[in-house]
Amino acid sequence: MSRVGVFICHCGENIARTVDVVAVAAAAARMPGVVHSVEYKYMCSDPGQQLVKNAIAEHKLTGVVVAACSPRMHESTFRRAAAEAGLNPYLLEMSNVREHCSWVHEDKALATEKAVDLVRVMVEKVRRNRALKPISISVEPTALVVGGGIAGIQAALDIANGGKKVILVERELSIGGHMARLSETFPTLDCSQCIMTPRMVEVASHPNITLMTWSEVESVSGFLGNFDVTIRRKARYVDLAKCTGCGECWNKCPAKKIPSEFDAGIGNRTAIYVPSPQAVPNKPGIDAKNCIMLTKGKCGACAKVCPRQAIDFKDVDKFETVKVGAIVLATGFELWDHSAYGEYGAGRLKDVIDGFAFERLASASGPTSGQILRPSDHTEPKTVVFIQCCGSRDTKMGMPYCSKICCMYTAKHAMLYAHKVHDGQAVVFYMDIRAAGKGYDEFVRRAIEADGARYVRGRISRVYRRADGKLIVRGADTLAGTPVTIEADMVVLADAVVARKDSRALAQKLGVSYDAYGFFSEAHPKLRPVETAVAGVYLAGACQAPKDIPDAVSQASASASKVLALFSKPKLDREPIIARVNRNNCDHCRACINTCPYKAISDLEIKDRNGKVVRVVADVNEGLCQGCGTCVAVCRSRSIDLDGFTDEQVFAELAALESQTK
Amino acid sequence: MTVLGYYPGCSLHGGGRELDLSVRELVRLAGAQLREIADWNCCGATSAHCMNHDLAVALPFRVLALAKEQGLTRVLAPCAACFSRLKGTNVRLANDPALATKMKDITGHDYAGGVEVISCVELANLLLAEGLAGKFTAPLKDLKVAPYYGCLLSRGQDIVTDDAENPVAMEPAIQAAGCQIVPWNLANECCGGGFSMSLKDAVVDLSAAILDEARAAGAEAIVTGCPMCHSNLDMRQLAIRDAGRSAGDLPVLYLSELLCLAAGADPKAIGLDAHFIDAMPLAARSQP
Repeated sequence: MSRVGVFICHCGENIARTVDVVAVAAAAARMPGVVHSVEYKYMCSDPGQQLVKNAIAEHKLTGVVVAACSPRMHESTFRRAAAEAGLNPYLLEMSNVREHCSWVHEDKALATEKAVDLVRVMVEKVRRNRALKPISISVEPTALVVGGGIAGIQAALDIANGGKKVILVERELSIGGHMARLSETFPTLDCSQCIMTPRMVEVASHPNITLMTWSEVESVSGFLGNFDVTIRRKARYVDLAKCTGCGECWNKCPAKKIPSEFDAGIGNRTAIYVPSPQAVPNKPGIDAKNCIMLTKGKCGACAKVCPRQAIDFKDVDKFETVKVGAIVLATGFELWDHSAYGEYGAGRLKDVIDGFAFERLASASGPTSGQILRPSDHTEPKTVVFIQCCGSRDTKMGMPYCSKICCMYTAKHAMLYAHKVHDGQAVVFYMDIRAAGKGYDEFVRRAIEADGARYVRGRISRVYRRADGKLIVRGADTLAGTPVTIEADMVVLADAVVARKDSRALAQKLGVSYDAYGFFSEAHPKLRPVETAVAGVYLAGACQAPKDIPDAVSQASASASKVLALFSKPKLDREPIIARVNRNNCDHCRACINTCPYKAISDLEIKDRNGKVVRVVADVNEGLCQGCGTCVAVCRSRSIDLDGFTDEQVFAELAALESQTK
Repeated sequence: MTVLGYYPGCSLHGGGRELDLSVRELVRLAGAQLREIADWNCCGATSAHCMNHDLAVALPFRVLALAKEQGLTRVLAPCAACFSRLKGTNVRLANDPALATKMKDITGHDYAGGVEVISCVELANLLLAEGLAGKFTAPLKDLKVAPYYGCLLSRGQDIVTDDAENPVAMEPAIQAAGCQIVPWNLANECCGGGFSMSLKDAVVDLSAAILDEARAAGAEAIVTGCPMCHSNLDMRQLAIRDAGRSAGDLPVLYLSELLCLAAGADPKAIGLDAHFIDAMPLAARSQP
């Protein structure tokens, strides 16, 4: 005989405002099988949980219904409390009278009636609940980090220093990402290379880190603790084992006029190249699209001069499958292409550049050795206009969000410019100055007060090139209420931070969700900011949302700590809500095997004692099953049931509603 | 495109006579026909929408309703202002289901969309797609041209399909006529528009900047599609010259005039001799 306790929560005013909780408690007390029914202001609070625990002992409860918020919010809280009171946690259920009732209704009488129904349904279910035991799965203590920018590097180093193995996959020839391209960093103006390159070297030499550059994630299968990841090792045409990085090859390469991606098109590179002198590994690869040998079949200058015979034009993509327990996505961001803005020259004006191009101009290791020279004629610009919010906060361009980093890096650019061009004038056009961060607002003030940047609040309506080469920048000063025209020598656009073009494709490979803009979604915007909805997949850096370096590093370390916590135990408990096959009844039609979206069901051969196969039945892999119930629905012989949501329980719930409506 | 509805509006019967002549000639050369909408009325232009919103919609609504009643499915409105008002009415009708009923009450006509309105730039592109380039027997070899769109051929998000900030729709036709397009910056700047009479000084200022810029970019002619722009840049160029702001010798052509010249049309027949700034020398640049 079941002894069910019902606990109705007021949720402060959230539920009690629209639901007569006292009436619900009274109605619940009269339901079959209910021996105890109370309401309380905050059931999730410590005294509230104590109420549940005490009642379990006092009334010898065999089942509990907590009528409160969504089970996504507090099911684990109450199940933990039940377990502490000695009740199997799976004998406790939540009845959602907040999101499903009080928040969405206004009529108190009707809402109360509905709450009573919701409680009755759950009481009927709980009366049929069985005690379940968590399933234990093994964990492969190796992490995969996707992306070798500062976020991926930080995550990889933290995990590796925690004593676990890491595979770091980077699609470019070198790790370092965008940070390696920056000149100085805000708000301290320390040199990016000086703080970045030691980390890059540490990654390469760390005994726990396997570095795979020029590689991409091809496919992912498996689940938390047991992912199988296939990695595409793209044809590099250079044998890293033989290559010493001497540089003979790229010095001889005749294809010299290829715009360098690393230098944001400000400088050129060869077809066989290392992205920068500080690259890790400092060994080249061949850009097949621009290589004369690979496109036209003759040249081979690099192979002729290579003293180690490391160049192999017959190299092809190879695939490697690795087993990992956790995955950290750190794939970073891109800058939006401002050529969509006709008013800023539609991308055709050479001296209208983006933030990365300015970084490369200002960088001591850049194509101009740190001299600010405008691209069109290599002269020093005496007036530079910086335009913030280029694409960001522009709903017409599809990016209503703030890119977060531009206010700060524009202030930095204005400073660097003032430090390098003493007779120059920086003019910054802004919508708002968003400098929230430690030392950030002070930094912007310094750009204005100490380094003389002229900040103008307003939008630019037009940038065009006059015949004499001057860029005419026209706009409005919205504080003074006047139109402004500035004759500038160079314009720097703070292009919006956008997700990688292929971020959606990668997310789909992993089952990770993403927002309307292609940024990966965290499991909870406040309380689970580094996890994804896929167990075992974590986020670090700007692949989740626009982020500056300190934020990216913080999130990377947070992800690493999640991974290390996961790896701290050899086995992992997971929810036992999985499908079970009644082997006596299964007639092996394979409908479930064909429909399972997680490929969790396979054939099981039942043998007699002589090893002869007598029957074949369906079998559910406990690690892979996600408890979706698809197999239950398609099973023609009714041989599959879902633990925690059996047909008996679900039908009892429906019957409880049915009996009431008659 | 055999029969095309024609809405000349007031300009083409007045100051924009060259536009009327050259558009008719261009359509004839292309082997198509124009049928003027019978009993057409004023499109409302710049005045109506400053006075009364319903009137501003009702006027073009009646024109479109007449076109439909007369069996026309596509109407050419060569004047950029007429085009904007007529097509804008189609857009409003599509966005507001109750508008057609209200307009029926006012005008007594039934119309809920369905008559396509095209500008003279769109006409050029349609004719190009149907092989107009083959008729250019006398291209204006290497004539340096600044295409000028002004506001009404570049703006109105639902009306003009071109990029408002970087319009390019005239370029294929100009290039097909053998001309060279100069890169310049003020293709969508304001010429002064309807202030030609009431605020002449402002027009002189604004149009002078456009003329200067076109000249500095090396243009030998400005090409436009709007009679208002044409009168500000051509007729007011005299006042601009008198104010010492320009040499006053930059011809301003309608796109249709340019295309007619390239097709070997008689310059006088298309009104090229009626310009304030002498455009006849350009006819000599047309080389069979």
